Amino acid sequence: MNPPSNRTALTVGFALLPIIVSLVITAVLVLAVGSNPIDVLVAVAEGAFRNSNSFAGVVNFWIPLALCSIGLIVTFTAGLWNIGVEGQMIVGAVFASWAALFVDLPAPLLIPLEIVLAMIGGGLWAALVGFLKTRLGVHEIFGGVALNALANVWSIYLISGPWAPPTGGTAQATAPFKDSALLPPLSSEFPVSLLALILVAAALVIVTFALRGTRWGLQLKATGKNSKSALLLGVPTLQSAMTAFIVCGMLAGIGGAYRVLFTYASLRPLASGGIGFLALLVVLLVGLRPMFAVMIAFTFAVILGGSTRLKVALQLDQSLAGVLQGFIVLLVLLSNGLRQRFMPAAVEPPTPITATVEVQRIQPPV
Amino acid sequence: MDDNLINILNSVVANATPLVIAGIGETITERAGVVNLSLDGSLALAAMIGFVTALTTQSVILGMIAAMIAGALIALIIAVAGIELRQDQVAVGFVLTLLAADLAQFLGQNYTRIPGPTLPYVPIPVLRDIPVVGEIFFNHEPLVYLSYALIFVTWYALFHTRSGLAHRAVGERPAAAFARGTNVNRLRYFYTILGGALVGLAGAAYSLAVKPGWSTPPVMRGDGWIALAIVIFAGWHPFRVVLGAYLFAGLRSLASAIQRSPDIQIPLVLLNGLPWLLMIITLVLVSGGAVERLLNIMPRPLQKAMRTVLRSDPPAALGTRFDEG
Amino acid sequence: MDIELKHIHKRFGAVHANNDISLKVSAGHIVAVLGENGAGKSTLMKILSGYQPADSGEIWLDGKSAGSYRTPQGAISAGIGMLQQDPLDIPAFTVLENFVYGQNTGFLFSPRKWRERLKSISARLGFELDSDQPIAHLSIGQRQQLEIVRLLSMGVRTLILDEPTTGISAEQKLVLFKALRELAMHDHMSILLVSHKLEDVIALCDSVVVLRGGQLVGKLQMPATTDELVRLMFGQELAPHAHECLINPKIAINLDNVTLKGKRVTVENFSMKIRSCEVIGLAGLEESGQDLILRACVGLIKATRGQITVNSSDMTGKSYRDFLAGNVAFGAAGRLEEGLIAGLTLTEHIALTTENKTLVDWARATLVTDHKIKQYNVRGRPDSPIETLSGGNQQRLLMALMPDNPVLMALEQPTRGLDVDSARWIWQQLLERRAHGTAILFSSPDLDELVTYSDRIFVAYAGRIVEIPDATQTNIDELGRLIGGNFEKESAL
Repeated sequence: MNPPSNRTALTVGFALLPIIVSLVITAVLVLAVGSNPIDVLVAVAEGAFRNSNSFAGVVNFWIPLALCSIGLIVTFTAGLWNIGVEGQMIVGAVFASWAALFVDLPAPLLIPLEIVLAMIGGGLWAALVGFLKTRLGVHEIFGGVALNALANVWSIYLISGPWAPPTGGTAQATAPFKDSALLPPLSSEFPVSLLALILVAAALVIVTFALRGTRWGLQLKATGKNSKSALLLGVPTLQSAMTAFIVCGMLAGIGGAYRVLFTYASLRPLASGGIGFLALLVVLLVGLRPMFAVMIAFTFAVILGGSTRLKVALQLDQSLAGVLQGFIVLLVLLSNGLRQRFMPAAVEPPTPITATVEVQRIQPPV
Repeated sequence: MDDNLINILNSVVANATPLVIAGIGETITERAGVVNLSLDGSLALAAMIGFVTALTTQSVILGMIAAMIAGALIALIIAVAGIELRQDQVAVGFVLTLLAADLAQFLGQNYTRIPGPTLPYVPIPVLRDIPVVGEIFFNHEPLVYLSYALIFVTWYALFHTRSGLAHRAVGERPAAAFARGTNVNRLRYFYTILGGALVGLAGAAYSLAVKPGWSTPPVMRGDGWIALAIVIFAGWHPFRVVLGAYLFAGLRSLASAIQRSPDIQIPLVLLNGLPWLLMIITLVLVSGGAVERLLNIMPRPLQKAMRTVLRSDPPAALGTRFDEG
Repeated sequence: MDIELKHIHKRFGAVHANNDISLKVSAGHIVAVLGENGAGKSTLMKILSGYQPADSGEIWLDGKSAGSYRTPQGAISAGIGMLQQDPLDIPAFTVLENFVYGQNTGFLFSPRKWRERLKSISARLGFELDSDQPIAHLSIGQRQQLEIVRLLSMGVRTLILDEPTTGISAEQKLVLFKALRELAMHDHMSILLVSHKLEDVIALCDSVVVLRGGQLVGKLQMPATTDELVRLMFGQELAPHAHECLINPKIAINLDNVTLKGKRVTVENFSMKIRSCEVIGLAGLEESGQDLILRACVGLIKATRGQITVNSSDMTGKSYRDFLAGNVAFGAAGRLEEGLIAGLTLTEHIALTTENKTLVDWARATLVTDHKIKQYNVRGRPDSPIETLSGGNQQRLLMALMPDNPVLMALEQPTRGLDVDSARWIWQQLLERRAHGTAILFSSPDLDELVTYSDRIFVAYAGRIVEIPDATQTNIDELGRLIGGNFEKESAL
């Protein structure tokens, strides 16, 4: 119908429009609370790029965010809404903290132990969501939300009780971890963990390959698109769902561990800091493409890291970051809808949609 | 009856009220086949807007209206995205959950921890003099009474009126509803917005009555999810929504009573986990094969009664799209 | 009511579904609309009943133009109501709620008044409907009765019925036909019957119109013979399928005294042996127990008692995937919903069923797919997403996904929704595999198909099963009686 040039213009328009509109809305909101949007922009840019230290701050948000996003691509491929990713981060952090607080080993042994424990913790917590879903029929969104809250309750209990610092607990954090338990930074000017960067790269490569090139990945995809048919074609759908949860939980666990073993150097309440939810937004935005997810995660990390300066510079609440990110994702979803309406021939964007994994009913005992 | 106990029960009714109103709102929405997942954010945003409006205009009525408009607008976004733009309602709802919560925090940043207007206590004359019952149910602020009315009106409208037939039909089998002359998508808009407005009112019930004022993080954080779970537990029935809401509020009162009691030593933080544990347990009870297995081992006469309490079949077309023709 | 359709046209993309159809039906007549799948008869009926607008053409009712109604509700106001094959009711409602919903009741309706009305109309037609029953507890026959009563209550003067005798019992069919005759004779209603079942047409209708390729190709006054009707429908007489029995003593599957529990029915102490090369039909109304048997044969339902042996190895309690590994194939009734996965390509489907290593060899999978595409004559490319294929091609791919020489193929309604040509192709494929030793177990609502292809037939009624040991010695009438639960004559078989 449309000449090609028109079509390209429309495509570009639909891609840019939501971002521009989100920026405009955010600017209006900033004006509404009595600040100047330009000042905000400058503050955020400063917060992110003022010096190598502040840029390291951005990278330190990006690492757990990227790990969770990669993990969530696995669960979304299997058609699962792993909203429990926050709790999986927290439990990963708790498991790693246990080793950091109570295990006496030299760093080269302790750090791998912490990471492995974090993966086990996150994986277990995710397996719980999977168990509730596949065996007991509880939707993973609700199982996940409840387990998020329980994970947080548990970590706060540990911080204020059994693991409280000897100097008198304020319920703010455990005692700082010993140096051998912490991930070493690259340098003091650029405090970022090289090990964590390697882990992100490894996760990206492994997950990308596993989803494309392995039978497991193909079975996940089949389960996600139509679990009933997949089952009939011989796919072990319950196993697919469980493994997807566990893989995502393990990656989230590492993300959580990074927060306590590097960013905080102690266990704190809500160690996940909303990064798991943000990762859900990232994947909703880019679909099931790990490479894109990692890149968008970086953009979101810039906004998040930059906004930490808002309070200091402008006395503005840093939730502004969430407002901007939320509007971008919301408007992109809406504009995807608009594009499908006006350009019906366009390829459907890879927005993940919930599918219900077939629950094999256990027969009642006779 | 022990005065102390009566006081506790009175506070259970008061504390449950926002959950009742939000639960009924979501029931109305989901009965029409639309999921509004954004409750946890909507409640916060509506509470903040309701409080700030009431504070600046010094009118609780305007505060409640503003909160309802906020809830309705969020619901409208979900309806447009789901019906018009064919996007996944769960995805849009989830994004709005986060967005609304952050918006509330950002826009409300200058209004935290300030006293503002609250809804007045209005004991109902004759009824409040009924022993025990009067004190528990009829010595409250007006939203509590409104929640009673809401329960019965919703139940009656759903199951005993012509419009209720159409309402349920669009959530169960939209193709059949269309064949009977019902404008499916128009009704879905209507009930999604109506439900959203009630969620907004529930938000105002927090900031103008139950936990007056605004703070960061908001006091009702997590309650939106609990309200959503209550709707499932309730099998999309208004009476069971009330049951669920009182159960959760009761558990919280119990927890704080335990906390105050000198004999039992359970850290408060762990008690905070109880509602979430209850949420998982109730959902396990009503979901999947668990309920049938449970019913099968019960004695026969009990089975039928328990089935009405525990059965939870979602509206068959929940979360799906309908295109005419 | 007199109906006149004038020059109705309807296109779907390149397909001219209704090409200049003009048709007259006068009041008091029962007219059959015949045609193969895709002949355009459902489209025409949907246009007449407001479910779809025509591209052009006019509808005249009682000598006046009906204007253009665009909704089913509009058609009902004009006096035309349609009973869908799967009645368009709301399963969560009670009978009474379904009856009143859509009628002009006022905001608050009086249940007593409407209950009376429901009762009086059903009594007149000989229907028995309990107004407080949930729809979910009704049989298809009862749901049809409710729809008819509802449409009559709304003042419909023309009734369109789409395949009304599929899935209802023999008794219900008699009651239905009696009611339809009554409505035509005494109320001067016009009735249009869309059906595949020529025996129904012969039993009920006054005249027949035949569609082929979107055009009206013939009219016939009844009485007429089946042969005449077939010639009109297909342009030629169908060569009957030559029944051939292959004897092979090897037992493919053995159900020994199994008990199967379903939601509504239980099959108790059932035994069945299927030999290699045998074709076994399963007959029965929906949820009579035949689906339980079929699914138990592939491990989708576990027997609570008894033993299942496949190829002489014990499979009792094993999972569906174990059965697959034991070379048993299963085909479900739905196509895209149960069997194929929208969003996956042809190659991905093939890889799912053939690639057994951890790493998928995509090059090999593509080669295999190419080969299967040629072998099964599928119109599509290895990288086409499955949902871009036409229904017939999807069916072919489904066949290609089945193992080449399974011990047993268990198929739910293998030709559901297919036209005669595609159905024949499917059976050709099945019989070819059977010639190589595969045993075939299939269920079907189509009695003709059961009698034509089966060596033996098992008939299920409310969990009770009778066997017809030699399908060549039975006929549709007898089968129909058994399906309706009339087992008295079973000793005579």
